[in-house]
Amino acid sequence: MLEVQALESAYGRIRALKGVSLHVRSGEIVALVGGNGAGKTTLLRCLSGVRPAGAGRVLFEGADITRWTPHRRVAAGIAQSPEGRQVFSPLSVEDNLRLGAWRRGRAETACGIEKVFAMFPVLAEKRALPAGGLSGGQQQMLAIGRALMSRPRLLLLDEPSTGLAPLLVDRIMETVAALRRDAGVTVLLVEQNAVAALSIADRGYVIETGRIGQFGTGAELLHDPAVRKAYLGL
Amino acid sequence: MVAELLQFLVSGLTVGAVYALVALGFTLIYNASDVVNFAQGEFVMLGGMVTVFATAAGVPLPLAAFLAVLATVAVGLLLHRLAIEPARGASAVTLIIITIGASIFLRGVAQVAFDKRFHQLPGFSGSDPIPLLGAAILPQSFWVLGGAVLIFLGLWLFLERTLAGKAVRATAANRLAARLVGVDTAKVLALSFGVSAGIGAAAGVLVTPITLTSYDVGTLLALKGFAAAMLGGMGSPLGAVVGGLMVGLLEALGAGYVSSAYKDAVAFLVIVAVLFALPQGLFGRSGVERV
Repeated sequence: MLEVQALESAYGRIRALKGVSLHVRSGEIVALVGGNGAGKTTLLRCLSGVRPAGAGRVLFEGADITRWTPHRRVAAGIAQSPEGRQVFSPLSVEDNLRLGAWRRGRAETACGIEKVFAMFPVLAEKRALPAGGLSGGQQQMLAIGRALMSRPRLLLLDEPSTGLAPLLVDRIMETVAALRRDAGVTVLLVEQNAVAALSIADRGYVIETGRIGQFGTGAELLHDPAVRKAYLGL
Repeated sequence: MVAELLQFLVSGLTVGAVYALVALGFTLIYNASDVVNFAQGEFVMLGGMVTVFATAAGVPLPLAAFLAVLATVAVGLLLHRLAIEPARGASAVTLIIITIGASIFLRGVAQVAFDKRFHQLPGFSGSDPIPLLGAAILPQSFWVLGGAVLIFLGLWLFLERTLAGKAVRATAANRLAARLVGVDTAKVLALSFGVSAGIGAAAGVLVTPITLTSYDVGTLLALKGFAAAMLGGMGSPLGAVVGGLMVGLLEALGAGYVSSAYKDAVAFLVIVAVLFALPQGLFGRSGVERV
C-alpha cells in the first residue's frame, strides 16, 4: 500500500533522513520506533507532504505521490494525527472533527462525527467546548478522531502515547488495534514507547539517526537483545 | 459641554471604524501567514482613488464604488500571486519586507496612473450636518459606521458559521494541523489577501467624502491600523475592532481636549502605555494553553 524508497530530507545542512526505505502492506499495523531526533516525525511529515522530500520516492497504492500537495494526499486516503496532538484549540470539539472531514459532504460528516463519538464517548460530552480545554488524553482522542474523519485507508499516528498515563496508553493502543480489526484501516504507528507500539504491531522498523536499523515482526523486535537494550531499557 | 463631547466621540468613532477595518485586514493576513501586510493602507487608497476617478469619468457612484472594491480585490489577489506565493517558504520577515516593497510600488503606480492631488467624493447623503443634542454630525459618519458594522457582521458570520471560515480559523490556530487535515493553506492565504483588500477598499470608499484621498494616504492609515491591531492584540479580529475604535477615539479626544497638533502623539502615548502593561495587547493570545 505504501512504499518509501531511499527517502531523504534535511533541515538546512542537517540531514534528518538519510535514505529511509520501508513499506506498509494493506491491513497491517506497522510500528516505527526510535529515540528522540531519530527522524520519525520528519518521515511522517514527508509522507503527509508538509515537508519536502530531498531525494527518494514515496509510492501510495502504486502512484508516485512524492510531489503531491498535502490536501491531495488526504483526498487520496492518507491522514495523520500529528505529534503533540495539535488540535485547533479555539475551535469546538465538534468543529475540529468537522474540519477533519473538510472535503466531504454534510451527511457523511455527521455520520463520521457520530462514529468518533461512539468510539470516544467523552468527546461527545464536550462537543461544544473549545478543544484547547480538553485534557491531554482527550486531545489525543480528538486528534485521532479528526484524522479518521477523512475516512483514511492509511492512518499515520505520530507519538499517540506521549504524555499520557499508562492506562490511557493501553486504551489508545487498543483503539488502534480495533481500528484495523473493525474498519480495516492500515496504520503506520510512530512511537518512542517501543513496548506499547511493538506489542500491537504486525511488523516494526527501528530508526536511528535518519536510517532504518533493524526490522522484523513486532514479536521479533520485542525479543531482539540489541533492540531491548537500546530502546526498551531492558 | 455634552455637545462638544458628543462631537468628539462621533468623529472619533468614525475615523476609528476606518482604523478598525484596516486593522482587520492586517489580522486576517497575519493569521493565515504570520505576515504583517504593510500594503494594507494602499488598499484603502485604491478604494478611494478608483471611485473618485470612475465617478469623474461619468460612472454612477454606487457602480463606481463596486468597481473600486472589485479592482482592489484583484490587486490584493495579484499581490499574493505575484509577490507572496513565489516567496513561499521564506521567513515572515522576508515576506513583510516584500509587502513594504509592494506598498511603495502601489503608491508609485497610483501617482502615475492617477495624479498627486487631493480628491474628494460628495457625501453619499449630502453634506448638510445633522443636528444631534447640539452636535453637528456629518451624514457620511453614519455611512462609515453602518458600513463598518455590516462588514464586521459579515466577516463574523463567515468565520464563525461557515466551514470555509472555520478552515480559516483552523489555519490561524495551527497551520501544520490545518494542512494535515487537507486545508489548502495557500488558498486560505490568497482568500485572506482578497478579503483584506476588499475590506480596505470599502473603508476607502466610505471615508473619502470625509477625509479626502490622494495617492499617499495609505502610509499613515497603515501605521494607525497597525497600531490599532497591536493595541487590540495581533491576530484577534475582536481586538482589531476594539483597537481601531480606541485609537480613533483617543485621537479625537486628544485633538479636542489637548491640542490638534498633538492628536497623534496622544494616541500613540496611550498605546505605548497599554502595551507596556499588556505586551500581548488587549485581546492577544496569552500563550497559556493546557497541554
